Amino acid sequence: MSFYETLRHFADSYALIVMFALFTLLCLYPFRPGAGERNHHAATSIFKGNDDGDQ
Amino acid sequence: MQAETALGRAGLWFLLFFVFLAVAVAAADSGFAAHATIVAIVCFGLMCMSAARFDPTTSLNSFFKMPDAPSVYDDDPVRWGVLATMFWGLAGLSAGLFIALQLAWPQLNIEPYLNFGRVRPLHTSAVIFAFGGNALLATSFYVVQRTCRTQLAFPGLARFVFWGYQLFIVLAATGYLLGITQSKEYAEPEWYVDLWLTIVWVAYLIVFVGTLAKRKEPHIYVANWFYLAFIVTVAMLHVVNNLALPVSMVGSQSYGVFAGVQDALVQWWYGHNAVGFFLTAGFLAMMYYFVPKQAERPVYSYRLSIIHFWSLIFLYIWAGPHHLHYTALPDWAQTLGMVFSVMLWMPSWGGMINGLMTLNGAWDKIRTDPIIRMMVMALAFYGMSTFEGPMLSIKAVNGLSHYTDWTIGHVHSGALGWNGMITFACVYFLVPRLWKRERMYSLRMINWHFWLATLGIVFYAASMWVSGIQQGLMWREYGSDGYLVWSFADTVAAMFPMYVLRAFGGVLYLSGTLVMTYNIWMTLAGKLREEKAMIETPYDPEKDRPITDPAPSAVPAE
Repeated sequence: MSFYETLRHFADSYALIVMFALFTLLCLYPFRPGAGERNHHAATSIFKGNDDGDQ
Repeated sequence: MQAETALGRAGLWFLLFFVFLAVAVAAADSGFAAHATIVAIVCFGLMCMSAARFDPTTSLNSFFKMPDAPSVYDDDPVRWGVLATMFWGLAGLSAGLFIALQLAWPQLNIEPYLNFGRVRPLHTSAVIFAFGGNALLATSFYVVQRTCRTQLAFPGLARFVFWGYQLFIVLAATGYLLGITQSKEYAEPEWYVDLWLTIVWVAYLIVFVGTLAKRKEPHIYVANWFYLAFIVTVAMLHVVNNLALPVSMVGSQSYGVFAGVQDALVQWWYGHNAVGFFLTAGFLAMMYYFVPKQAERPVYSYRLSIIHFWSLIFLYIWAGPHHLHYTALPDWAQTLGMVFSVMLWMPSWGGMINGLMTLNGAWDKIRTDPIIRMMVMALAFYGMSTFEGPMLSIKAVNGLSHYTDWTIGHVHSGALGWNGMITFACVYFLVPRLWKRERMYSLRMINWHFWLATLGIVFYAASMWVSGIQQGLMWREYGSDGYLVWSFADTVAAMFPMYVLRAFGGVLYLSGTLVMTYNIWMTLAGKLREEKAMIETPYDPEKDRPITDPAPSAVPAE
């Protein structure tokens, strides 16, 4: 097999599975139990403090 | 500063000044000599500023406005960035209007410096990299400080990033007019300008990551994820696509290391991801901070914003081959590009819905707040152009649309509608806060700007749809004798009315930006326009009474 074919087979099999698994995990991560409050805190964190120039 | 250090600095700039003068003399071509002269002038200016540190009374000492206490946000680079955004925006939009008029009236091609081939990259780079880039620099420095609750890291480096980026813009823009180009769309600057941008960009990454590293807030807000993705990916794209060997170390000519279809694929991998990460990820970062701030309510779904982020990152990078349908690129690669482009529709609309639904329960703000109105229009155009894009990437549609004005219309509905509108809204948000004003000089003028810009885009996009589809159909029309019905010149002549309408759309859009410039100018001057409020409290004393009639006033249902 040529170098191209070796890389191509790798990309079409293991690399594809790993990337898809990684993507799925990253998307599911904010849905893990107990993440709701963290998400809410993160979403509202931009309203803390007076940000018109001074801290 | 110590006198010895100041003297050393001045000496260093003096040396560099002479080096660049020598380069200008020894240059292999006149374009390179012109650029060396520009850099020499910059070195001379910096030498004068270093020398001026001996004189405590001169205003040159405070030119870079270094922050003196950690208790305030470092906003001077943000202020400069906002002003640069407006300046380059006007320059880029005017160049765009000029080339639109050139297409309608070719007599306007003024040889050699102002012909279409040279002004067109000037327009695209000015609006994308100068207007959009400065907006991204300014807002990213503003947002990362607010969301991390800490001062910008490495203030000296941050100033280098801003001024170094302006030098990049000046070198790129003058280069186009002088005819210096490596002929790669959206990556026209030659090798030495590319190297300079790489240095500036790495400094930008260091400032941004440094600020994230010293944050006082435990969570990194999602807008910063988008900014970081934009900075990192643009660095990668820029370096790979601009790999080139210069012919001479003192000449502007270079040859890319890729050739043929590989070169084409690398170029469109770059080109499409410049759209995806410069014009989408970066501007989505602006959306995820400024839309919730202006609406005064948190983003509709934080979870959706994270899914939006990862889907965009994982899908966008594969979509580039759709620029090379029906070319020498292998068929599987074309199909891959098409499939990923179609899939991109989902995260794009997820993001649009997330932005729009942030207004859930506060939709009345569209009537009362012209800034919200602009943001909603920006998101609507984000949705429309991210629907149109996947549709155009389908091979059968692309067979009609490719190389026609439909593509130009699509780009402009995204650029004017999404990038332009969200930038204007963010600048309107920032200006009163950065310069400590009560509000903008006039809210009604923001409304005028909104309508001028919206009408401008409608004229632009509609005329380009008509001319693009007409062009595509004329190009492919065969007669019964088996010959093409139209010559190319016939199709060009048929476009004329549409080109005039497109230029009219450009006039409207540019006038809106001029109204904005006046509004900002007056705000900085500390003035407030006396005007009717956008909404008044409606009150009818006749109706504001209890019912005194003893009979039931409601009629029961049948």
